[in-house]
Amino acid sequence: MSEILVLVDHVDGAVRKPTFELLTIAKRLGEPSAVFIGGADKADAAAEAVKKYGAEKVYVVDDTEIKGYLVAPKAEVLQQIAAQANPAAILITSGAEGKEIAGRLAIKLESGLITDAVDVQEGPVTTQSVFAGNFTVKAKVTKGTPIITVKPNAAAPEESAGAGAVEKFSATISDSAKKAQIVASQPREATGRPELTEAAIVVSGGRGTGGNFEPVENFADSLGAAVGASRAAVDSGWKPHAFQIGQTGKTVSPQLYVAAGISGAIQHRAGMQTSKTIVAVNKDEEAPIFELVDFGVVGDLHTVLPAATAEVTKRKG
Amino acid sequence: MNIVVCVKYVPDATADQKFESDNTVDRVTVPGLLSELDEYAVEQSLQLKEKNADPESVTVTALTIGPDQAADAIRKALQMGADKGVHVVDDAVAGSDAPATSKVLAAAIEKLKGDGGVDVVVCGLGSTDGAMSVVPAMLAERLDLPQITLASVVESQGDQFRIKRDGDTATEVIGATAPLVLSVTDQSGEARYPSFKGIMAAKKKPLDTWSLSDLGVDASEVGLDAAWTAVESTEARPPRTAGEIVTDEDGSGATALVEFLASKKFI
Ligand SMILES: Cc1cc2nc3c(=O)[nH]c(=O)nc-3n(C[C@H](O)[C@H](O)[C@H](O)COP(=O)(O)OP(=O)(O)OC[C@H]3O[C@@H](n4cnc5c(N)ncnc54)[C@H](O)[C@@H]3O)c2cc1C
Ligand SMILES: Nc1ncnc2c1ncn2[C@@H]1O[C@H](COP(=O)(O)O)[C@@H](O)[C@H]1O
Repeated sequence: MSEILVLVDHVDGAVRKPTFELLTIAKRLGEPSAVFIGGADKADAAAEAVKKYGAEKVYVVDDTEIKGYLVAPKAEVLQQIAAQANPAAILITSGAEGKEIAGRLAIKLESGLITDAVDVQEGPVTTQSVFAGNFTVKAKVTKGTPIITVKPNAAAPEESAGAGAVEKFSATISDSAKKAQIVASQPREATGRPELTEAAIVVSGGRGTGGNFEPVENFADSLGAAVGASRAAVDSGWKPHAFQIGQTGKTVSPQLYVAAGISGAIQHRAGMQTSKTIVAVNKDEEAPIFELVDFGVVGDLHTVLPAATAEVTKRKG
Repeated sequence: MNIVVCVKYVPDATADQKFESDNTVDRVTVPGLLSELDEYAVEQSLQLKEKNADPESVTVTALTIGPDQAADAIRKALQMGADKGVHVVDDAVAGSDAPATSKVLAAAIEKLKGDGGVDVVVCGLGSTDGAMSVVPAMLAERLDLPQITLASVVESQGDQFRIKRDGDTATEVIGATAPLVLSVTDQSGEARYPSFKGIMAAKKKPLDTWSLSDLGVDASEVGLDAAWTAVESTEARPPRTAGEIVTDEDGSGATALVEFLASKKFI
């Protein structure tokens, strides 16, 4: 069976959940091989983690020489591993960085690229959600090695022990790949809540919060949810951009999405329309968000959410 | 300094976007406009010009690939303040995927280099229709330039550039020396509206139309048939069935909401 390369998405060696989803998808397509580009001292732990989700092989690339540079060196690493492994597909997480690595790699390998897949099945045939989630598209790569970036939550990670054979790979990085330098990096502050794109439940607040996110946050915490925001809330400075859901923010597809004080503009819908269940609280019964909901409350979020929070807490005992 | 800003003509997102029978995006019957996200790219290009010690020495060229109507996107960029426009239009281009689009853009930029080099290629964060956000990275790869992409803040001094980028897990400062490819987000600063003076001035600005043969790109390398990916099917998402809507009265809304969540096993 052919190898399927999975680029490991990690923070300082801690493997992120979407990688386990990619490995689960890779198993459908062939033999999963993880590619870990990171600190040599973190490699063993990362290899252990990916092995649990079916990685038969783990290519370990020490990033000492390249970690200070944006995107381009990682594309070179993958190009060189692909030349050796001749994989049947390459899977990368659909984040900002993942998509750009994939873009450069596609040109290098003269291979077709599909981004933002929400499902990948044998073929590989991908499913994408386009035009603000209004259309579902199935597609295939027709040239070279299929390169696919996959959105978080595209598969439920399944544990399955792989051989996890570690292979140290030393890549040759060109000078021109080292021209965009990461001068400073400020890790995102931990919120103590689930990661927005990975969460099963997301509770978002918009302009209707009037800047007071406490009801939104408390309700989120009662449900064990992540907190999101509309662009109006972000532009008002109430939440950092990392919280923004929508066309120019994050796309989420949780089991449950709660929109509080959000009107439901097309650009916001683009980021949440594929959620399984949608709930809204809005004081305007004409708000377009109500066209999308499974359940809606016409009311003031400042009274509805605190009362609902108290009720949830009581039920959970 | 020469700046090339890549702008795309896209179907209006507030109109009903749809597909043609060959599964390509309908760019003809659906009304189009300059992609809102590329307005931010035009804005930053103009700011780079205005902040330059000698603004007159800076030329901002707006570049688009697209059907005849795409000239509207260039015109809007000229009205905002770009100095000249280049419109690549060729029947063979229809249906191109991102690798082919980046190939034609790269060829056009190579040709523009003939007039004294290109220092900065500015892109938007993504097209509002395809929304892959990969063309800037592909352009950087093809032109062998550093990419400083997804900038929310852009600073420059001479040929030195610094941007702030909200990455997936960290906020980063990225630095590079021009020539380079820059892409900017909608956080980078509101785009200006064309002034009356701008609209009048735009009428006199040069707008060149190039075909693939002007660029030395073979028609067989682009378009739907040459795409490296193929769409097998497109399907409109079934409309959501109307949900239950209740009006809150003295706390009834919260109770009903929690009942609903419990019935769906979220609690
Ligand atoms: C290029 C572009 C990209 C964009 N990208 C995004 C994006 O990624 N994400 C995004 O969200 N938007 C995006 N937008 C903006 C989008 O068009 C809307 O402007 C935005 O989503 C509005 O946010 P909102 O719903 O919070 O605010 P509003 O539209 O002002 O709605 C506020 C809602 O709150 C309700 N309300 C007020 N008070 C209360 C109360 N006490 N209790 C309950 N309800 C209350 C009101 O009835 C109203 O419906 C983008 C726009 C453009 C042009
Ligand atoms: N047909 C085109 N003409 C000009 N610029 C384009 C075109 N397609 C994409 N771009 C540029 O590339 C950016 C990202 O596009 P995309 O990768 O398609 O999401 C856009 O914001 C534009 O700046």
